[in-house]
Amino acid sequence: MSQTATMTGQPAVAQDTSGPRGPRPKPFFTPKKVILYTVLVFFSLYYLFPLYVMVVTSLKTMPEVRFGNIFALPTAPNFDAWVKAWTSACTGLNCNGLAPGFWNSVKITIPSTIVSIFIAAVNGYALVNWRFKGSEIFFSILIFGSFIPYQVMLYPLVMITREMGIFGTLQAVIIIHTVFGMPILTLLFRNYFASLPQELFKAARVDGAGFWRIFFEIMLPMSLPIFVVAIILQVTGIWNDFLFGVVFAGTQNYPMTVQLNNIVNSAQGTPEYNVNMAATVLTGLVPLTVYFVSGKWFVRGVAAGAVKG
Amino acid sequence: MAETAVRMEAGERTTTRPGFLSRIFLHNLPAKIAALPMVLTVLVVFVGCTIWTIYYSFTNSKLLPTGKFVGFDQYERLFATSRWNVSVWNLVAYGSMSLVFTLVIGFILAVLIDQKIRFESAFRTIMLYPFALSFIVTGLVWQWIMNPTLGLQGTLRNLGWENFTFDWIANPRMVLFALLIAGLWHGTGFCMVLMLAGLRGVDEEVWKAARVDGIPTWRTYVSIVLPMMRGVLITAIVIIGSGIVRLYDLVVALTNGGPGISSEVPAKYVFNYMFSGGNIGQGLAGATMMLLTVLIIMIPWAYLEFGGKGRRA
Amino acid sequence: MQHSVSIRDLSLNFGNVKVLEHLNLDIAQGEFIVLLGPSGCGKSTLLNCIAGLLDVSDGQIFISGKNVTWEEPKDRGIGMVFQSYALYPQMTVEKNLSFGLRVAGMPKAEIDQRVQRAAEILQIQPLLQRKPANLSGGQRQRVAIGRALVRDVDVFLFDEPLSNLDAKLRSDLRVEIKRLHQRLKNTMIYVTHDQIEALTLADRIAIMKNGVIQQLADPHTIYNKPTNLYVAGFIGSPSMNFITGTLDGANFTANDGTVIPVGAYQFVSSAPTGSTKAVLGVRPEHIFIGDEAQGMPYKATAEIEIVEPMGSETLAWTKVAGIPVTFRCSSDIPLAAGDTVTVGFDIARGSLFDAGTENRL
Repeated sequence: MSQTATMTGQPAVAQDTSGPRGPRPKPFFTPKKVILYTVLVFFSLYYLFPLYVMVVTSLKTMPEVRFGNIFALPTAPNFDAWVKAWTSACTGLNCNGLAPGFWNSVKITIPSTIVSIFIAAVNGYALVNWRFKGSEIFFSILIFGSFIPYQVMLYPLVMITREMGIFGTLQAVIIIHTVFGMPILTLLFRNYFASLPQELFKAARVDGAGFWRIFFEIMLPMSLPIFVVAIILQVTGIWNDFLFGVVFAGTQNYPMTVQLNNIVNSAQGTPEYNVNMAATVLTGLVPLTVYFVSGKWFVRGVAAGAVKG
Repeated sequence: MAETAVRMEAGERTTTRPGFLSRIFLHNLPAKIAALPMVLTVLVVFVGCTIWTIYYSFTNSKLLPTGKFVGFDQYERLFATSRWNVSVWNLVAYGSMSLVFTLVIGFILAVLIDQKIRFESAFRTIMLYPFALSFIVTGLVWQWIMNPTLGLQGTLRNLGWENFTFDWIANPRMVLFALLIAGLWHGTGFCMVLMLAGLRGVDEEVWKAARVDGIPTWRTYVSIVLPMMRGVLITAIVIIGSGIVRLYDLVVALTNGGPGISSEVPAKYVFNYMFSGGNIGQGLAGATMMLLTVLIIMIPWAYLEFGGKGRRA
Repeated sequence: MQHSVSIRDLSLNFGNVKVLEHLNLDIAQGEFIVLLGPSGCGKSTLLNCIAGLLDVSDGQIFISGKNVTWEEPKDRGIGMVFQSYALYPQMTVEKNLSFGLRVAGMPKAEIDQRVQRAAEILQIQPLLQRKPANLSGGQRQRVAIGRALVRDVDVFLFDEPLSNLDAKLRSDLRVEIKRLHQRLKNTMIYVTHDQIEALTLADRIAIMKNGVIQQLADPHTIYNKPTNLYVAGFIGSPSMNFITGTLDGANFTANDGTVIPVGAYQFVSSAPTGSTKAVLGVRPEHIFIGDEAQGMPYKATAEIEIVEPMGSETLAWTKVAGIPVTFRCSSDIPLAAGDTVTVGFDIARGSLFDAGTENRL
């Protein structure tokens, strides 16, 4: 607007209008920038190198692995090692590949995720909106309990599940994942429900809705984001679990991580590194897919996990 | 008079007792049912199992936990076992290096990412993806990379760098560093995310004030921002610390404790004695020592964080 | 005469968004300038540009005659006070005040002397060893002002410094800042969205909208002779009464047919010839009732709809011939909803705006 120029109040005193004008000059290369990006690229290589090696090795043939170098791209990329890892790699005497482990992991992860999240969601809701005497004390112990090393509780839990007659079954693993997922998930849901406006809950109560009706009809529809975070957290966490799978699942239910470790670390004869790496890639594929698809949500889940400690 | 008083008292008791009971069990019933899994987890698992473990660590249980009370015998044996002592030393050495490097690298990366860089989200994605993978996958990949004949060492030697040495997983003196490289690969991105959240939480006007005051950027980070991130730092230390005490899968996948016993860790020692060593008492004593370690980390933190005022909502 | 701060042809874009456009502003030595406007009008952006915290897209900034367009904030001779105080939380008040000086490597004796002087001026000596967390909001803001004070600079920049305080503290600190200005006689540039702060503190107010200064003038002129409809509506609470109509020679004819003679009105240049669509603005306190109304050049009958007693005065929301009109009168005059009263005003105290350009006529 031209009027502003005349609005300066006092007549402009003749002033040196030469000299710097406009934005500060920003050279494309400054020592600071060069160092910054060098360090970042260096670290990125550190993080990417294993992924690269894993994939490249899995696409090679064994002679190529033996005589080539670890950096080289496969001369004739092929999925033979992948097929073998999936269908016929041996764990000791068993030569069924990773496929059974994959399906076991699916059978463990899906119900464990659903059960643990449902229980934690209801629990977090009760802790925020329906406090009862002692609820906060239990919650505090729950949070501090999450720092107890698993080894401390492992043996008694084996005995308890054995007493219940479910040791070495899928049920046992599901229960264990629910128990040990409870602290972080409950915290997650409790904090989320606490951040929702309390008036909503009060209004629903005045309208005569009870515990479950408010939960299902008011709280759940507003909780989609936190459910996404919880699902990401649990799917990757349970899929990646090794300890509980090896202890509680029983041999026929070993999850993928356990099978993978057996294929690589207790195989007889000459190790087939290309098959090993194919198996490793296959095991990492599910959490990696979750990671790359979920993007920001994964970061949110990680940060939420941080609050837990 | 006295009789009526007694009767009144009795009458009161009969009316208040059901009221009292119903207050405990019936009042707010659905909430209590909903919280039942939590109550059971806390009472049976976190409290019950822990006490059970501590108790039986004082017995001479072998294959089954039925032994008789033997005082501190299991602990004396524990600390007379070189495998346990190596495990503890490994945990201390690996743990302190891992904690320091994770925090330092995590903080530095967060600061670099925070410099309004191009491709920020690409860099972040690259740094965090290892955290999505399991320790088993992490361990196996690095095992392959560090394979002395066919891995990095072999490759670089074939390329003409004859004395290049990277045989850490086969070298008892270096194996902890092998573990460290894999552990840092897995966990530093997570620490970076935490630190970045902390950095982004600092009031932007504080940065402006520091600029007006003429404080150099590095000085602002060290003297102003870092002290402001105390909460995030403590959280990071506690999370990383309790992760270190649990260290198990990574060792199993990368070295399985080898070469020899040079990369054993307490969690693995405990596991082996419980499930394959046939000496439950030893395993439980080791587990109790792990618990003690965690308490030593946790109690000062809990004190600092909650200062006796109880948990804040 | 040397300007303390001069802004020449300043533009700032964030990507394609033009926040400031070809803005010019000259501020005299020792002047207290308030940048006033709603959020998003660019006032804080302008202040950040002056401070050097934002890189300008075009134009120049001079402080004390020196071209500082490319200078770092610390080299511009400015001190700045922020809305969130922006104190360094882990340092005591004394360290907060002295940190910048210590980093600059100033001798300790000089630092102590400056800190003591600032503490004395702001009366925060007893607080020097405390940490910000143990201070009240008002005390924190004093420390923040102190941090600008120890820098011993010519120009003070305030970015909504009182917005985080409650009403009582705000008015206390307002007086305090005015006293500070009278004592130090520094140039001060003060950003706020609070018109009371602007009217009470400023030597001159710059009212901004969409990155453009609408009017730059002393508070009295801004209030009584707003340069356009926007300024007229923005300043004053309750807002000025606006009556739309047509200006034709010496008469303003409201849309409902009421004719108001405008012979006594002082036009900016001269009365427009022919018929012009116009808006007549009258401040609520320039409308009088009862006996006072009788002496006014223009009178009308108003029907009272709502009465708001404010203690020292009373606001009345009325209809004059179907047009909503608000007026302000002494609280001693008894008024009730439903009453019909005679109101009057003097066109010389009103404002006329061109309905098309919205500028003052």
